[in-house]
Amino acid sequence: MTDTTSLFPKYAKSRPFVARHPSVLIFLVCLALFTLGVTILSEGFGIGVISTSFIKTLGKTLCLCLVALAMDLVWGYTGILSLGHMAFFGIGGYAIGMWLMYARTEIIVVQSLAAAPLPPTPQEISDGIATQIFGVVGASEFPPIWAFAHSLPLQLAAVVLVPGLLALVFGWLAFRSRVTGVYLSILTQAMTLALSLYLFQNDSGLRGNNGLSGLQNLPGLDAVPQDTVSMWFLWASAAALGLGYVFAAWTVSGKFGSVLRAIRDNEARVRFLGYSVEAYKLFIFTVTAIIAAIAGALYYPQAGIINPAEIAPIASIYLAVWVAIGGRGRLYGAVIGAAFVSLLSTWFTGGQAPDINLGVYTVQWVDWWTILLGLSFVAVTLFAPKGIGGILDLLEQRRSPDRHGADLGPDAGALREKEADT
Amino acid sequence: MSSLLEVSGVSVSFDGFKAINNLTFQIGEAEMRAVIGPNGAGKTTFMDIVTGKTRPDEGRVLWGEKSQSLLSMSESQIARAGVGRKFQRPTVFEDQTVAENLMLAIKKNRSPFAVLNFRATRADQEKVAELADEIGLLAALERKSGELSHGQKQWLEIGMLLAQDPRLLLVDEPAAGMTPAEREHTTDILVEAAKTRAVVVVEHDMEFVRRLNCKVTVLHEGSVLAEGSIDHVTSDQSVIEVYLGR
Repeated sequence: MTDTTSLFPKYAKSRPFVARHPSVLIFLVCLALFTLGVTILSEGFGIGVISTSFIKTLGKTLCLCLVALAMDLVWGYTGILSLGHMAFFGIGGYAIGMWLMYARTEIIVVQSLAAAPLPPTPQEISDGIATQIFGVVGASEFPPIWAFAHSLPLQLAAVVLVPGLLALVFGWLAFRSRVTGVYLSILTQAMTLALSLYLFQNDSGLRGNNGLSGLQNLPGLDAVPQDTVSMWFLWASAAALGLGYVFAAWTVSGKFGSVLRAIRDNEARVRFLGYSVEAYKLFIFTVTAIIAAIAGALYYPQAGIINPAEIAPIASIYLAVWVAIGGRGRLYGAVIGAAFVSLLSTWFTGGQAPDINLGVYTVQWVDWWTILLGLSFVAVTLFAPKGIGGILDLLEQRRSPDRHGADLGPDAGALREKEADT
Repeated sequence: MSSLLEVSGVSVSFDGFKAINNLTFQIGEAEMRAVIGPNGAGKTTFMDIVTGKTRPDEGRVLWGEKSQSLLSMSESQIARAGVGRKFQRPTVFEDQTVAENLMLAIKKNRSPFAVLNFRATRADQEKVAELADEIGLLAALERKSGELSHGQKQWLEIGMLLAQDPRLLLVDEPAAGMTPAEREHTTDILVEAAKTRAVVVVEHDMEFVRRLNCKVTVLHEGSVLAEGSIDHVTSDQSVIEVYLGR
């Protein structure tokens, strides 16, 4: 008992963060090398091997990795199977999209009115913008929620505050009533569906099913080619993912992560230890909603368009599938899963995958990809609950011991005993 | 002697079945108490009420010098007020190491922001090592607690309970599944703990209760049937009927 520090490498404060968590450093190095490699191969800044459209795909993939990271925090670590995090992702996209669309339309309207004999009044400019943006849904006035669309700082604040507040209120109501497990999943799914259906309406103020478009064009930077803009966003996405990863690693390391995993495995027992389970759940739910929104705000300018279909419940289910395939309860697992599955999905649905001619029937991957994905999900759940990340465990020989009964977590059902509930 | 916990006139029924019927119970600051009773006597429900898991239909549960009512507090608030509970079967966090389990239990600010910034001090680590030593798990600190044997998990849970430093320990069948030597060690720990705090032990095993050498409360059909020394209650006619006759 003389050298206690060596007994607790996890809690020792003398060693720096990266030394205690080498996987964070490895991840950051990989991410930096990836970004550097892509930059060298890009059209905008390098030798032009990778097309700009693929650069955008890669940049979007980094954003999906970030939202998967958030999903892993809330599901893999805390055990809250939220099927609503893509709604927060979408809200982030809408919030930034409103400014992008407003500011760009403003420039166009000002230019077109400049030719008029009298200089236009601010009211005329505003009306002009409104007609341009809302003509498609038969309106010509700004709905109240566009009140701050003229201001980039305010819309950036909205990226964080709107999803944050929504998650805070929703989470407070749900966790306070001790809604858990599948009921919570259904509730989050209902929230997502309600939001999506609301946005589909023309009078929602966000252009109904048309959504917001032209987001790839940065206002005032028309002269900058997309080759360059796409790289800016790729760098920003990579930086956000790196920061998000460090934040997530910091959150789940040490005692806080210990409490989260304890909540996942037996929340009643955590209460009897004196921890307010609801406060922890609310914290992690809100923080991950904000991370998801930031990822969305970086994603949609690269996608160029956002519409309510993006918020449909299926998107959040895909998110859960990525994390499950990558490996829940480990951060790099979520990143690997999101990158692997979404890139594969792009390949299959992009028409690049060769069709398989079976003679009587031709398998067209555009249609069959979803089925393949569904089957993979079932297979992973049944045969490899640790997902792709589990392969790394095999490499490291860090397997959990062979024992009777089920695997130790992360499912509540995987625990063999649940005493505190009885 | 001032009482630490005062339960009076408490009743609770589940679907018409009265699990606890007008129960009155008191325990002092530094006292050991054994609670015995046949199956269905309401022992576990009694613990559930004190720890906030079950809300009684009527009655009062008062705590501490200020006679604070526990009925309006959540489980976590009650635990922070100083009530620690050990479950019948060991419930440790199997996916985490022994050190992590103990570190979770150790008495510290439990608010999310405080925990987020938590770094174990030298004193915390020594406390954990000391507890681990006491429960014979010093060598297993970095092992996942899911790998431990049943008896070791029982120990770990007792260690977690002590780490919480509660003023009242509620211990449900601490000796279940232990060897005679382990039982003796458990007895020692509980007797030691009872010198500075209140300890309520629920137990079936009369031999174990006898060794605790403390006041005994016999529960039957949700209320107190008899109370006194072990010899007193075992010679009580109604207790004999409940345990042996029918």
